[in-house]
Amino acid sequence: MTEPGRQGTPLIQLRGVERVYGQGDARVVALGGIDLDVWPGEFVALMGPSGSGKSTTMNILGCLDTPTRGSYRLGDLEVTELDGDGRALLRRYTLGFVFQGFHLLPRVTAQENVELPLVYQGVPTHERRLRARESLAQVGLSGREHHVPSELSGGQQQRVAIARAIVSQPKVLLADEPTGNLDSARSHEIMALLTRFNRERHLTIVMVTHEPDIAAYARRVVHFRDGHIERIEESS
Amino acid sequence: MLGNALREAIRSLGRNALRSFLTVLGIVIGVGAVIAMVTLGRGATQAVSDQISSLGSNIVFLRPARGFGPGQSIIPFKVEDAQALAREVPGVVWSTPVSLRTLTVVAGNQSWSTTVVGAGEGYLEARRWEIVRGRGFLPSELRAGVAVCIIGQTVARELFGADDPIGQRMRVDKFSCEIIGLLDAKGQSAMGNDQDDIALIPLRTFQRRISGSTDVDSIQLSLADGVDNERVLQDIRLVLRERRHLSANMEDNFRLVDSKEIERTLTSTTRMLTTLLGAVAGISLLVGGIGIMNIMLVSVTERTREIGIRLAIGARAADVMLQFLVEAVVLSFLGGTIGIILALTFSFVAAQKLAFPFSPDYGIVVIAALFSGAIGIVFGFFPARRAARLDPIEALRHE
Ligand SMILES: Nc1ncnc2c1ncn2[C@@H]1O[C@H](COP(=O)(O)OP(=O)(O)OP(=O)(O)O)[C@@H](O)[C@H]1O
Ligand SMILES: [Mg+2]
Repeated sequence: MTEPGRQGTPLIQLRGVERVYGQGDARVVALGGIDLDVWPGEFVALMGPSGSGKSTTMNILGCLDTPTRGSYRLGDLEVTELDGDGRALLRRYTLGFVFQGFHLLPRVTAQENVELPLVYQGVPTHERRLRARESLAQVGLSGREHHVPSELSGGQQQRVAIARAIVSQPKVLLADEPTGNLDSARSHEIMALLTRFNRERHLTIVMVTHEPDIAAYARRVVHFRDGHIERIEESS
Repeated sequence: MLGNALREAIRSLGRNALRSFLTVLGIVIGVGAVIAMVTLGRGATQAVSDQISSLGSNIVFLRPARGFGPGQSIIPFKVEDAQALAREVPGVVWSTPVSLRTLTVVAGNQSWSTTVVGAGEGYLEARRWEIVRGRGFLPSELRAGVAVCIIGQTVARELFGADDPIGQRMRVDKFSCEIIGLLDAKGQSAMGNDQDDIALIPLRTFQRRISGSTDVDSIQLSLADGVDNERVLQDIRLVLRERRHLSANMEDNFRLVDSKEIERTLTSTTRMLTTLLGAVAGISLLVGGIGIMNIMLVSVTERTREIGIRLAIGARAADVMLQFLVEAVVLSFLGGTIGIILALTFSFVAAQKLAFPFSPDYGIVVIAALFSGAIGIVFGFFPARRAARLDPIEALRHE
């Protein structure tokens, strides 16, 4: 088995990324200049104490936030030079998100939640239906298409969220504590899914977690402390 | 994209059906008022011009009036004035002296107070008034002042009920006359009085038996179709001024009213009313628009998290903006449509009750529908922009 592409250029390149909130007395340096490379097909976990800047990093990687200083290259785009619409289009076509709190639209069925990214991509209705159904099947939720989130368990909701994240066939999946609200058994089911997508589709995954056994699914663990990368741990 | 935004807007409004309905009430009332007003206004105007043309096509009434200045008294007209006008003014078809008085008429044990008109020659012709039963006055009856009368439908109904009045006798004031004719129904006049509440007798009879003088109250002139009214009216004035010995520096001591002028007065009244109601409608549309703005702001706040999710998934600011704008437009357009339907229904019923023609202006209906949509754009813009400017991270964190 070939080690997923640590050759060639990284898919993600952070250089000297700083993120500072507030001014004067309220000034908080959430990220104090970090460098990070993620290669295509990698599975990276971010760990570290609370407030160490993991979510801040994820938001920047997800183009939901922009660094105060530094450079972020995604593929061959310099993200810091894009405007709001440019970042929205990256989120639409290149990035997928999974959140700790699932973040599904509450009164809308699983099927429609999964279709939503395709709506913004302008995919025709019929194709959208098929792809959403297929995506739900891949996370093991066939037969639950017409349930609304409140009719699904936490683990099932997170699987809907994963189906929604992968339906648009993104290059990078960003998951901020995806198992944070789930029990251990459910957590490992979710991780099995993510690992499978990483292997089978060469989906690049960056994930934040507090739990070492969850982080163990990743090949590389990046440890944060006080807005800096403390060390990077490579697993076998 | 627009199709999806539309579908989602309708669904999201349907989820809060009652709230949506209450929100658009202002628009419903505003648009409804405009449509009802225009529809009824048009019906009323049409009814008025129908009634004015029922007067006869082009009629001028002459009445003596007090001249301007001290020591002036009212100088009545004489039959000769009417004759002179017919003779000397080209374009005058009929010139009929008319006197009238409100009197009690009695037949059998029924009595009724009505307008008794002493009519000269051409009275009915000028007003294009048909006799449905019996006959009109003969020239000899007019000349001799015979005690015969022609009655309107209301008088016939009140005195004789369903019986045939022709040939019956009716007492007018102190004398008795034979009923020789029954007039066609004319209905209400433009001023709202009953034109069928009338009894005609020859002018000569009126002068002898009722007024006891040769004066006449007014002169009714009918003008030929297609004449220049201004010029004919001017000629009438000149002839009368001369007959009434007015020198150049004296004011007219009579008044000229033509049916065109009545029409103008009435339409200007209608227009004023329309303007007033238009202002009311405008205010309720404004209030309705603010209502929509308010509910859209509430909706944006309630759905902050949803907006965050959409942004994370790849919605651009413009997509979010479109979504909320479409929702506002659907809301106000819906209100407008409900208003139009209610107004047309109401106008239809009201027009029937008031005996107006029901004549909706479909151009205005379409404009009102589009306008209500435009209200959605105007008042939905600010909330939609607020939604579009949300920061995705903060929106996602919103509870
Ligand atoms: N909007 C904000 N305004 C001000 N400070 C902020 C804001 N967001 C984050 N911070 C600060 O930035 C720092 C890093 O926060 P971040 O959310 O990245 O931590 P984290 O590593 O994800 O922590 P946790 O494990 O608790 O999720 C913290 O000190 C936090 O207080
Ligand atoms: Mg965090």
